[in-house]
Amino acid sequence: MAVCVAVIAKENYPLYIRSVPTQNELKFHYTVHTSLDVVEEKVSAVGKALADQRELYLGLLYPTEDYKVYGYVTNSKVKFVIVVDSSNTSLRDNEIRSMFRKLHNSFTDVMCNPFYNPGDAIQSRAFDSVVSGMMVQAC
Amino acid sequence: MESLTLSDVEQKYYSDLFVYCDTDNTKKVASSGKVVELFRAAQLPSEVLLQITELCGATRLGHFGRSQFYIALKLIAIAQSGLPLRVESLNSVKDLPLPRFVVGKNEQEAKHAAMYPDSENQGLYSGIFPRPPGRVQTKKASAHEVIQPGVSSADPQPDSTSPVVSPHHSPPTSPHAWRKHKRQPSGGNVDRQPAVATAVWPPSFREAQGPVSGDGMWAGHSSPPLQESWVSFTDTPPSSTLPQMHPSSVQESTTIRTVASAATTNEIQRQSSAYDDPWKITDEQRQYYINQFKTIQPDLTGFIPGSAAKEFFTKSKLPILELSHIWELSDFDKDGALTLDEFCAAFHLVVARKNGYDLPEKLPESLMPKLIDLDDSAEVPEPAPDVGFSSSPVEVTPNKSPSMPSLSQNWPELNQSNEDTAIVHPVPIRMTPSKIHMQEMELKRTGSDHTHPTSPLMAKPPELSEENKLPSSIKLLSNTVGDGYSSSDSFTSDQEPISSVVTRQRSHSGASPEGLKAVAPPPPPPRPHASHSRSSSLDMNRSFAAGPSAAQPQTGVVAFPPAVPPRPLPTQISCPLSTQGVGAHGHRSGEGDSLPPHCSTSPQQIPEQPNFADFSQFQAFTEQPSEDGEKGVDGAQVEKAVEAAGPLRAVKSDGQSDERSSAVVNSAKGSTPLAPPPKPVRRRLKSEDELRPEVDEHPQKSNVIATVIATQPSIPRSVGKDKKAIQASIRRNKETNTVLARLNSELQQQLKDLLEERISLEVQLEQLRPFSHL
Repeated sequence: MAVCVAVIAKENYPLYIRSVPTQNELKFHYTVHTSLDVVEEKVSAVGKALADQRELYLGLLYPTEDYKVYGYVTNSKVKFVIVVDSSNTSLRDNEIRSMFRKLHNSFTDVMCNPFYNPGDAIQSRAFDSVVSGMMVQAC
Repeated sequence: MESLTLSDVEQKYYSDLFVYCDTDNTKKVASSGKVVELFRAAQLPSEVLLQITELCGATRLGHFGRSQFYIALKLIAIAQSGLPLRVESLNSVKDLPLPRFVVGKNEQEAKHAAMYPDSENQGLYSGIFPRPPGRVQTKKASAHEVIQPGVSSADPQPDSTSPVVSPHHSPPTSPHAWRKHKRQPSGGNVDRQPAVATAVWPPSFREAQGPVSGDGMWAGHSSPPLQESWVSFTDTPPSSTLPQMHPSSVQESTTIRTVASAATTNEIQRQSSAYDDPWKITDEQRQYYINQFKTIQPDLTGFIPGSAAKEFFTKSKLPILELSHIWELSDFDKDGALTLDEFCAAFHLVVARKNGYDLPEKLPESLMPKLIDLDDSAEVPEPAPDVGFSSSPVEVTPNKSPSMPSLSQNWPELNQSNEDTAIVHPVPIRMTPSKIHMQEMELKRTGSDHTHPTSPLMAKPPELSEENKLPSSIKLLSNTVGDGYSSSDSFTSDQEPISSVVTRQRSHSGASPEGLKAVAPPPPPPRPHASHSRSSSLDMNRSFAAGPSAAQPQTGVVAFPPAVPPRPLPTQISCPLSTQGVGAHGHRSGEGDSLPPHCSTSPQQIPEQPNFADFSQFQAFTEQPSEDGEKGVDGAQVEKAVEAAGPLRAVKSDGQSDERSSAVVNSAKGSTPLAPPPKPVRRRLKSEDELRPEVDEHPQKSNVIATVIATQPSIPRSVGKDKKAIQASIRRNKETNTVLARLNSELQQQLKDLLEERISLEVQLEQLRPFSHL
């Protein structure tokens, strides 16, 4: 279960960021921001390989003592970042992948909406519900 | 009592109210009950009310007579307009508005007063307020006065204020809406709307008074408000039509009015019971939506692209966020385009929202796109998957049955019905040849079943990437492999569809293609070859029996030498190669079997072969037939070469370049596995293998088998040369004998080993037994 979910646009500004409200949200925002560096590093590590050679799921970006950060990047350079609690029984990689897949699907639905301008903040209720579904049910 | 002069309107109004309060019909109204309610509805402080009652003399009388009542009402009007309560003001105040009673009635009236300062007000008021008396009268009046359609009988519920109230409630919304929308003219179909408006209104007007009946209709039903706002939504202010209606309605006779009230109350009752489905689209609405759809997309089975829909709905002046939400709800298959059903649902939601109804979180059942709508439903799902596929490869449900509302919202699509149905039954597949065939057959069977390729099922494939790709690849197999059992072909084709399917799926992980290839590894070489699945069932005896008989012309039967027994196989893969050379003398089927047993023993025994000597004899002949041998697999020539110079050819080919030999082998000549010295044979055949790495499964076997097969048809032709044929057959038989002998010895050896093991185990058991007994 994620503690924080963020969607970052190609230009590295957030389209959507949501944390479990009980904790200090600023901390998570900052974590997500710093994780972008790691994402860039991984993305550029592929080098000359084409995009479809590149894995969309980036895996664990970096672990801290409290939590782990996972990354995923789409072919249009939109990044998804999930922060999970380390104290959580370590989620299997498959679960993280499935979370990203759901996010990606939901994001695509948002994109398909003609009233959504790419680059706007994501305000879709369906997307919200998907994210809520994978957040830690603290409250 | 002070004289009281009332205007006509007031007179009527007051008399109506009096009658309304006069439930006992005694021409005097008690100070309790209706009157109290009415006065409270006037929203005046109670002291004022007391004062009024005192002034009008009711306190003296103890009840309200008609005149007292009238006076009281007038005083209420005075008080509401802010004037001090004085008896003198009763007659002096001119142009006093009618007293306003808040409980619905007067709200209505007040708003009407505000909105319709023109003379229509009078008509309206008189139209509206006669309702109570009208109702009362209809109680007495016979039903025959109720001439309007739709009004079945007299009111069942005259006394309760709520029916009276409710029609008043809804009309405020409608005039408000009218007013609002009047100020929002926007482009659109002028023609259509008045037509529609008139179509809608006349029935309702005819039934009862225009606004009254309309109100009645709207009371419990969401559609009328939607109608009128819808009418005003894109264009021509309907209010232009409405005022026209009003005078006409006002001019209608009072009987109609009275009847109208009955009608409205009836309708109110009816609609309140029909309220349970507020999202239902009425037929007129649907027709209107369809017409609107046609303006954007003339083909009713086609799609409205997202951009066009965006423009259209932006005209409604709803905030983008809400429009976005409406889109989310109504774009059922998430393809970025709206079908007719989706468009109607979206439009309906927009209209509802404009009327103040909150948007639901989920699409209501009645708005869900149905398969069966106006036009051919069969076509609707089909374009949908195609469009959906092109736009978002994974996320469309071609099937829009209402049975899967929430599921389809999230889920990926699959493209064609074949694929869908194949994935509908995701069968865990193991890539064993026989199972592949079984599953192909199964999928072929299920492929004819076109029931809902439901989204959750289709959802599974993307998640289970490998499993998904396997079924899809299998499905493709089923499509590609007509005859299910040419497994060698199917096997190779396995590889191709898998990789092709991978590219089509929305692969979230780039590793998937690799994963797939890992999933479908080449089967281990020693395994009986899929291409010979049938042959695998042939037992060795038969193959051996066929071997000796292969000499005869009818060797075609044993075209497939049985698969090599597994045991010897893993041990020597190269051995068959070497034994190929040994057993080569144009051996047919026998070679297939004999090879493996040869494997183990051949290295040692090859030099022992009697044939060996023969080869050297024919050395001389190699040069000529070698050329022939290297050409196509001409049976006669090959055979000739086999007999006479087969070994020579092999020897010769040894000397020749590897490519040639590989070419020779590749062309599946029987001559290739001739009996050159084993080492050269091995070398050459190994080079063959190296050159043919792609033949994963059983390169050697296929070589051998192919060569054997190739030689077999050539046998009949050799009959012409009896002597040589006989010699060849003798050689073959000897070869077979030796092979069998070797096999026998080997098996004997294994048997001995097993027996030894058994003995040792028994010994151990006996050692342990005394302990167990103890």
